[in-house]
Amino acid sequence: MTYDVVINGDTHRVELQRIDDNNWRCKVDSHEMELDAAFTARDVLSILIGGKAYEIKRERALNGDTHMILGSARYSSDVQDPRSLRSRRAAAGAEAGPARLVAPMPGKVVRVMVSANDQVEPGQGIVVVEAMKMQNELKAPKKGVVQKIMVAEGANVNAGDPLAIID
Amino acid sequence: MFKRILIANRGEIAVRIVRACREMGIESVVVFSDVDRRALYVRKADYAYHIGPAQASESYLNIPKLLDVARRSGAEAIHPGYGFLSENPQFSRACEEAGIKFIGPRPESMEMMGSKTRARQSMKKAGVPFVPGSEKGLESFEAAERLAEQIGYPVMLKAAAGGGGKGMRAVYSGTELRSALEGAQSEAQRAFGDNEVYIEKLIINPRHIEMQVLADEHGNTVYLGERECSVQRRHQKVVEECPSPIVDPEMRRKMGDVAVRAAQAANYHNAGTIEFLVDKDRNFYFLEMNTRLQVEHPVTELVTGLDLVQLQIRIAAGEKLPFRQEDIQMRGHAIECRVYAEDPDNNFFPSPGRITRLISPSGPGIRRDSGMYEGWTVPIEYDPLLAKIIGFGDTREAAIARLQRALVEYFVGGIKTNIPLFRRILRDPEFRAGNIDTGFLDRLLQQPVEVPGREEEEIRIAAAAAAIFAAAAPKPLQAASPNAPTDGNDHRATNGSSWKRSARIESLR
Repeated sequence: MTYDVVINGDTHRVELQRIDDNNWRCKVDSHEMELDAAFTARDVLSILIGGKAYEIKRERALNGDTHMILGSARYSSDVQDPRSLRSRRAAAGAEAGPARLVAPMPGKVVRVMVSANDQVEPGQGIVVVEAMKMQNELKAPKKGVVQKIMVAEGANVNAGDPLAIID
Repeated sequence: MFKRILIANRGEIAVRIVRACREMGIESVVVFSDVDRRALYVRKADYAYHIGPAQASESYLNIPKLLDVARRSGAEAIHPGYGFLSENPQFSRACEEAGIKFIGPRPESMEMMGSKTRARQSMKKAGVPFVPGSEKGLESFEAAERLAEQIGYPVMLKAAAGGGGKGMRAVYSGTELRSALEGAQSEAQRAFGDNEVYIEKLIINPRHIEMQVLADEHGNTVYLGERECSVQRRHQKVVEECPSPIVDPEMRRKMGDVAVRAAQAANYHNAGTIEFLVDKDRNFYFLEMNTRLQVEHPVTELVTGLDLVQLQIRIAAGEKLPFRQEDIQMRGHAIECRVYAEDPDNNFFPSPGRITRLISPSGPGIRRDSGMYEGWTVPIEYDPLLAKIIGFGDTREAAIARLQRALVEYFVGGIKTNIPLFRRILRDPEFRAGNIDTGFLDRLLQQPVEVPGREEEEIRIAAAAAAIFAAAAPKPLQAASPNAPTDGNDHRATNGSSWKRSARIESLR
């Protein structure tokens, strides 16, 4: 199996070959390794490489953001099948297809800062959601064009509700 | 001794008090609002009563409803925890009138300490040191000049009528005084219609050091050592420790004596805390008294070996303190981190939601007072304190090492927590040297997050692991589905094996 794995923004080509239940041959970029990987508690992987032991926890947020946690280090991770449309577009520089902006918690939309067809930069404010007396400005995760805004000012939103699509 | 106690609170402190009750053979009664039905404390208690909608004024702050539950449940005493009604004299009084024992001080003590001016007057009589300053407004520039010389620069000019930073001027030397005074007065006039300004010593970046006191109802009052709570963000405590790195036995004795005098001046009963500001020269000044048990009480418990909640209950039941001041020993060092459902990458915005995964630390020297569990949905309606984790060791260094170790073990999945912030604090050289003050955390947060040079090897492992998860792990749990089972079972595994089982059974027919 081959994957493109993005760790903290950098893409690594990973080739996996399962030898048996626990043993894998793995090539990350040009590095080859043999590892013993055992699933233990849910979302916790125990990996042994040449006697060295690693505990890796998978953390998934509401909007799909995934992190790999090794010790006290936390890496954002995204696994893509290089044959998929998404990955081909990413390779072409379109940063992995349309991005959905979702509400991280229940609240009220107090301001919509852009309109459909606006060009936006990464980090640009898209929507402001207010909850628990605090205002949270939700930002564009990538450069692109606002495809659709699903909410209007005054709308109540629940955690996970889509707010905008940027492509 | 009481047979049954009502806990007028929720979350981790309710769990704490339920535990003390259970250890003493006392039945515990708890109350829960609409959103707390599945909270941990509800199933740990002996009795639980629904008390109303999520809004605190309709539930945890509602005195008639609480007293009604007390009557119906046969509770003989009420423990208010911290926050909510714990420092509310009306509540303390209402319990008295209903014939239910309030586990805490009398309403008169709360009233005295609740008003800054009233507290100041009675503290003065008790000889408690204050931040030096003028009692009344400054009558003239000359008066201001004289007082400022007396107090010593830097000084703060403050509007008598107001707050919010208006009519305030920090003055660092005599040459600035005239224009600062005129500026403060005119600003006060514009903002509050009253140009009265008074003067106070400006303590730059003070340390916040507080003293725990305990008083029974028979006239015995003792101090149980200090806690340093200088690591704060927006005046909220984040890390607390006992003892303070800068308090030696002599200073402890002096602060302790002052704290006891303050408590006695208020005719205080039960547990309380005197808060002090401490300047660079280790002078301490009374700030205020908290007439309740505090969040950070575990650090005092670990270092003194005493159980404060059990002692609170015993005091309220009329027992005498089972020790004298000279019996109190402090041993070792304890540091507490408050784990909140907050996003440290997004200005600590609250991050409620469903805890999909919880791996909790334990082992030597680690205490965890928690209100959360795996599968629980953190409600948005209340303060998002999830748990307190405390590291205890022989020395401050040992306590820090234990806490760092435990924080690596701690994993809360599905929501964001401020756990990464503690790792930053505990490895900071100034924190480790004990050079902290109330400006410490703001300064630390302004520094760019140091991303240690990650070994390429570790990144490769992370990439390999991510791929292996994707290739071979069962799909992760759907987060935050309101109908998701919260019974703690791993339904995928169960479903997997029961499919297999029925397939096998089918194939055997």
